[in-house]
Amino acid sequence: MQDTPKKLVGVLALQGDFEAHQKALEAAGADTLQVRTAEDLGRVDGLVIPGGESTTMLKLLGYTNLLEPLRSYAATKPVFGTCAGAILLATEVLHPSQHSLEAIDMTVERNGYGRQIDSRVATIPFQGGELEAVFIRAPIIRRVGPSVTVLAEYQGTPVLIEAGHHLAATFHPELTGDSRVHALFLSKL
Amino acid sequence: MILNDEKFRLKVGLAEMLKGGVIMDVVNAEQAVIAERAGACAVMALERVPSDIRKEGGVARMSPVSKVREIMAAVSIPVMAKARIGHFTEARILEAMGVDYIDESEVLTPADEEHHIAKRDFKVPFVCGARNLGEALRRIAEGAAMIRTKGEAGSGNIVEAVRHIRTIIREMRHLTILGKEELVHESKILGAPLDLVEWVAENGRLPVPNFSAGGIATPADAALVMQLGAEAVFVGSGIFKSEDPEARAKAIVKAATYYKDPLKLLEASEDLGMAMPGLDISKLPEEELMQTRGW
Repeated sequence: MQDTPKKLVGVLALQGDFEAHQKALEAAGADTLQVRTAEDLGRVDGLVIPGGESTTMLKLLGYTNLLEPLRSYAATKPVFGTCAGAILLATEVLHPSQHSLEAIDMTVERNGYGRQIDSRVATIPFQGGELEAVFIRAPIIRRVGPSVTVLAEYQGTPVLIEAGHHLAATFHPELTGDSRVHALFLSKL
Repeated sequence: MILNDEKFRLKVGLAEMLKGGVIMDVVNAEQAVIAERAGACAVMALERVPSDIRKEGGVARMSPVSKVREIMAAVSIPVMAKARIGHFTEARILEAMGVDYIDESEVLTPADEEHHIAKRDFKVPFVCGARNLGEALRRIAEGAAMIRTKGEAGSGNIVEAVRHIRTIIREMRHLTILGKEELVHESKILGAPLDLVEWVAENGRLPVPNFSAGGIATPADAALVMQLGAEAVFVGSGIFKSEDPEARAKAIVKAATYYKDPLKLLEASEDLGMAMPGLDISKLPEEELMQTRGW
């Protein structure tokens, strides 16, 4: 079998744990690029929006005029958001309400479990087995539209979902050393 | 080993989320809102900013609980608060209030001149200051999930933060070339546990995020410490003691993201008004230094 060339996956590197995502993507077999400009965005086959502070990322997207380029990117290319990234992808954000890329038809409530002392590690069912899920000041997905498939749940709400070629997790698969969720994203490229 | 503990991983996890960001000192809700609007990734609640503590003297304590609560209610980003070195009761009160991170800080007047807080027992994560690798690893052994340089708080002078980040990075690099038997000796010299010394020797970095604080007053200062290896920055007096806090706050947020891009840094440095007044640290009397607090 001939080797297919590695995919180049961008990681939005404005703020947050983008380096942890790069490691996970590389472990899953991709090349990575830190994305800070529209030109960077033009080079990548897919994009990861990492964990971090969604308000900070939104400000930086505004300061650098990246919001519109990202919206058009998400209209045609696969995007995977974790935690803050999932918040940015949602069509509706609560607690407090804020604008977003509106790429996935879902409603997300910020800091859904509470503050840092309510952060937790849980084991959730995934692909017929188990997955360790690290929730840090995590959001809760309160509603998903008909275009969304729920891939994993925790305490009765979706925590990993797919919508077309997009993927979103309210937890941090990049912090566990298990790259199965990243591999799932790579399969969409 | 502490690094494998689940509770500790969650504490480090939040520090991971703050990377590439700016954590801003605020004394009330109004300042917290300005910080959040400018793009701060977290705010730090304290009674007085370091330059005022320096000026006014007296005992600097944890922020009044009403102020911390007011700040927590005003913003959706993480709220940190400072406790005095060794003052585990201040820390328990902050934990009971639900603050997201505690800074056991040399900026406040130490409550204990021998011991730091035993931080592993807490559910809330801690950040501590360090001037060198030994100090950093002792704090991690006690349970700190984030390290920041001490710099010289309230001075508006970056020289000490530069010294501290360079020292920590040089000392880590040194460990990576030593043999196993030398690490035992090095552990003794550093005054740090062998398992953490071995971890650093193998990985060439701290096992927790390594941020910078103490003297950052301009976007260029923030970019400088980031280029030297800091993963995020704390800005204390530098924002709210400058002429135009909101513009400066935004500019430093941009600088922390585009720290390697001189054109973006130039853009961020335009029209900021006056920076906070600075101090020549070599002229400060020894007893006025904050960085020598901590053991």
